[in-house]
Amino acid sequence: MLCQRCGQRTATVHLTKFINGQKSEMHLCEQCARETGELDFVIEPAFSLNQLLAGLLSQEPAPPTSEPGGEVRASERGLSRCPLCGLTYREFARTGRLGCSRCYSHFEDRLDPLLQRIHGHRRHVGKGPRRISNAAEVYAQIERLKAEMDQAIRVEAFERAAELRDKIKELESKLE
Amino acid sequence: MARNLEGVPFPHLLDAGRAEQVAQRVKAAIDHINAAGKFGGLEFYFLEELSALDRQVLAEKRLISPQHAELAPGRAAAIRRDEGVSIMVNEEDHIRLQCLFPGLAIGGAWRLASEIDDWLEQRLPYAYCPRRGYLTACPTNVGTGLRVSVMMHLPALVMSGEARKLFSAITKVGLVVRGLYGEGTEAAGNIFQISNQVSLGVSEEEIIEKIRGVATQIVEQERSARQGLLRQARAKIEDRICRAYGVLSQARIISSEEAIRLWSDVKMGIDLGVLNGADSRPVNEVLVISGPGYIQRLAGRRLDATERDIRRALLIRERMRVYKSP
Ligand SMILES: [Zn+2]
Ligand SMILES: [Zn+2]
Repeated sequence: MLCQRCGQRTATVHLTKFINGQKSEMHLCEQCARETGELDFVIEPAFSLNQLLAGLLSQEPAPPTSEPGGEVRASERGLSRCPLCGLTYREFARTGRLGCSRCYSHFEDRLDPLLQRIHGHRRHVGKGPRRISNAAEVYAQIERLKAEMDQAIRVEAFERAAELRDKIKELESKLE
Repeated sequence: MARNLEGVPFPHLLDAGRAEQVAQRVKAAIDHINAAGKFGGLEFYFLEELSALDRQVLAEKRLISPQHAELAPGRAAAIRRDEGVSIMVNEEDHIRLQCLFPGLAIGGAWRLASEIDDWLEQRLPYAYCPRRGYLTACPTNVGTGLRVSVMMHLPALVMSGEARKLFSAITKVGLVVRGLYGEGTEAAGNIFQISNQVSLGVSEEEIIEKIRGVATQIVEQERSARQGLLRQARAKIEDRICRAYGVLSQARIISSEEAIRLWSDVKMGIDLGVLNGADSRPVNEVLVISGPGYIQRLAGRRLDATERDIRRALLIRERMRVYKSP
């Protein structure tokens, strides 16, 4: 079926509208649907794969292919595997499903910008498991000490850096 | 609410043995809750032990998702007797907890869900990191792992054509609108589900407040649209309601789609006082009766489409007896 508006592209958006109790049907190509604002809201069937995510993933740049004389790293081609579940980013981009909790840190370079686009945020706010809420404090403290240690190393205050390193180790052992 | 177990791949990557282990671990946590006498008793089912028809009925009642009703290793569900709480195991995430409350009791639903979550957490180490919150199979759920939804019946806003504008505005504030029945843009029965899209970087309370605020406004708009319709076209509206009532109380053969469509008019008729004799509880049963699985389970056997339509009409006629038209 051809798009009703441009009559050129295939209609892939099929809309049923009720206006003043009158039912009308429209068949548009995706571009026309966007231009006429008919896609401003789409009522998705309740359990479909999230359309927003599918849209974002399809817009991601294609991974670079290796050029003659130059090796492209597996991670850049989306082929690096998560050490826990073995998923690649490419597989994630195809299905929209991550493989395990470790995937979040393993693919964070590419996931974080995606999270920003989906949610408008990158950091969690809200409830956490009780065992972690206590731990969260410790994590924050470790982060602060690490920054301080980096600074100490930068100004070559190695004694101070070693002190900080020991403190960090001590805190980290608390978390295990 | 979506939750996953730490160190275990998400369900779509689990082999049968590991999926089964996840189900057993969740079952142990739920046994522990039941032993403590909490939450009124959660019945645990391994879905492969249920008949296809029973699974279909669970899906029609929205206690599990349609995908979850299809057989796969380790799939399970824990359901409270009154069906207000259901927990899917090994759906998209290891755990999907759902609490269903009537009215606009979002706060109550959240408190119950959060309390059950606290109990599960005692026995199940969750996949969580302070930075990204609860980690989920799909990055659209990460963070709070929380989807707050209100189901709304909006016949007057649809009839007056205002629904489209309204939904367009809703999507601009980060909420999602879905039709509860039917596919695509057509929402059979004029029932819509309004939910949050964003789960990361906003707290549970913020999500709840936003949905509550938007839902309250929609309720007001629907009410005034109904009054507007009555003022401008009372005869037409009454005619529509009474025709729907006539068909539902007299039809001998009715499809599930027609039943849901007419339910919408009758429900509005009761809300507006055009039909009386009882509240809307009996007519709301039409929504459950409409499902093909429900009718067949009641009959105790598989039925073809015509047999189903005949039985459905009979069951609906019985429900309609309590109502009177002017
Ligand atoms: Zn077109
Ligand atoms: Zn992984």
